Amino acid sequence: MPWNSSILWEADVALTEQQIERYSRNIILKQIGGTGQEKLLASKVLIVGAGGLGAPAALYLAAAGVGTIGLLDGDEVDLTNLQRQIIHHTKDVGRRKVISAEEKIKAINLDVKVRTYDVWARADNIREIVRGYDFVIDGVDNFFAKFLINDVCYFERIPFSHAGILQFEGQLLTVVPGQSACYRCLFRSPPPTGSVPSCGQAGVLGVLPGVIGSLQATEAIKYLLKTGELLTDSLLTYSALTMDFRKVRVGRNPDCPLCGPKATITTLVDEGQVSCNKKGCKC
Amino acid sequence: MKLIVNGKEVSLDSKLTVSELLVNQHVKMPEMVSVELNGRILRRSEFGTTALGDGDAVEFLYFMGGGRGTDGTTN
Repeated sequence: MPWNSSILWEADVALTEQQIERYSRNIILKQIGGTGQEKLLASKVLIVGAGGLGAPAALYLAAAGVGTIGLLDGDEVDLTNLQRQIIHHTKDVGRRKVISAEEKIKAINLDVKVRTYDVWARADNIREIVRGYDFVIDGVDNFFAKFLINDVCYFERIPFSHAGILQFEGQLLTVVPGQSACYRCLFRSPPPTGSVPSCGQAGVLGVLPGVIGSLQATEAIKYLLKTGELLTDSLLTYSALTMDFRKVRVGRNPDCPLCGPKATITTLVDEGQVSCNKKGCKC
Repeated sequence: MKLIVNGKEVSLDSKLTVSELLVNQHVKMPEMVSVELNGRILRRSEFGTTALGDGDAVEFLYFMGGGRGTDGTTN
């Protein structure tokens, strides 16, 4: 694409020459421009889970110049992670995930401030953490944390991107709390323990979270720029085997226990064990 | 009777409830599925009492995590 200096010169003086060059392919897009790039640099996105979904989301958001990226994960890098969690490298096995991910983000783009939270998401810590972020990415690997993220984002009115993956299939939903269908509008409460197999049991194609996590980053950027149409009130399902993308319309549910008119959930609760805190434990 | 199940036409010989459709469509673990009928998410308690009619659109929405199951196993 040819360099369009006339568009680049419209960028606000707050961008340095080096930034104008670095982000030129963003800035040249009329939906972004210099103003949009400044918005991205002033934005804060929290990524909960620095794993398969969080890895591509973090890398692309860092490259795009999202100014503050929060990384929350209480885990350490395991050899089995490397098949899909591309932000972690072989040398990182055994290291804390948030530290490993922070290093890669800074290697890509020193414009990005990284805040790390080396903890598991719990009802007693998540509210404090999410406050101040503009958008949250649900990249967690368990249902209890997914419901917790949904609930805290509702209470704090922070938009977020939900995603789930298993084997060759993924799903995606963007939630603007109070305005669009939330995760509990679709799935009332976590499934019974043991009813849904994990990727460890059922397997997952390594590139699958790459596709879905990249879509989450796309939704974050669109939200931050207030451009395009968000994936709200629609569950996007993706099958890597058939290459089918389907959007299933899912409106707000009047029976939703969180955002419905007869809501019964009024505070954050841990609905199950999110994770083990023992160092190195792989439970 | 014809239904649209997950976007595809399905022909049935007789009328079914949502619970029966889950069996008919070989959904082995209904507890991991939310069911949307003509744009409305059904309560689980309605599965056995909701009869499907010709032309109804049914979506099975599956729980999907991101590595860890509900039994505490890791990825």
